[in-house]
Amino acid sequence: MEKIYSEHANACEVIQAKKETISLLMQYSRALHYLEYKGIPFETILN
Amino acid sequence: MEHQTDDSTLVQDYISGDERALEILINRHNQRITSFIYSKVLDRDAAEDIFQDTFIKVIKTLKKGNYSEEGKFLPWVMRIAHNLIIDYFRKNKRMPKFEGGDDFNIFSVIGDEKPNVEKQLIKDQIDSDLSMLIDELPDDQRDVLIMRIYKDMSFKEISECTGVSINTALGRMRYALINLRKIIQKNNIVLTNY
Repeated sequence: MEKIYSEHANACEVIQAKKETISLLMQYSRALHYLEYKGIPFETILN
Repeated sequence: MEHQTDDSTLVQDYISGDERALEILINRHNQRITSFIYSKVLDRDAAEDIFQDTFIKVIKTLKKGNYSEEGKFLPWVMRIAHNLIIDYFRKNKRMPKFEGGDDFNIFSVIGDEKPNVEKQLIKDQIDSDLSMLIDELPDDQRDVLIMRIYKDMSFKEISECTGVSINTALGRMRYALINLRKIIQKNNIVLTNY
C-alpha cells in the first residue's frame, strides 16, 4: 500500500513562486503601459 | 479579526492604477496557483515559469481593460494557468523523447535517408548502364539529353549553347527519349532497383 500511494506523493506538494518572480512581475506591471491611438491599443514598456 | 479586501475590489483598484493591489492578489493566491501548476507539470522550474507567464497574461489583460468581471478572479487566473500548462505539454510533445521499452525500436525514430549499400550498388550499376545507352544516341540528341538531365539546363539555355532554336532542342530531346526506349526494348534491358 505504501508503495502505491507514495508514487506521486510530490504531486500534492504545496509550493510557492519565489519572491524574485513576484518582484519581476511587479516591475513588469509598473513598466507596462497601454497607449490608445485611433482605437488601437499600443503596448509600451517604460524602463 | 483583520479585514480582508475582496479580490474584485483589488482588481478594480489595480485597474485604477494601484500597483499594490496586484501584489496583494499575487501573494494571496501564490501558493494555490503555483501548487496547482506544480501538481500537473511536476517540475519546479517549469511551474515557476508558467506561474510567471500566467500573471503576465493577467497584467496585460487588466491593463488593456479587457477583463470583464463575469466570474471570480481566481477561477479566471486558474483557467489561464491551465491553458498554459496545456501549451507546455504540447510544446514538449513536439520534442522527440526516446524512452526505452521492450516494444520500442530506436530505429523507428532515427531514420537514415541514404540508400543502403546494396541499393547504392544497384543505383551505380543502373547509372553506368544508362550512360552507355546514352552514348549510343546520335550526337545532337545525346548532347541535348545530357544538358537537360545531367546539367539541369533549360531548353532556352540549351538552344543558346547549341545554336539551334528551342523547338529544335525540344524535338531532339523527344527523339533522344524515344530512341533510348527503343534501345532498351530491343535489348530487353531492365533498368530498375526493385
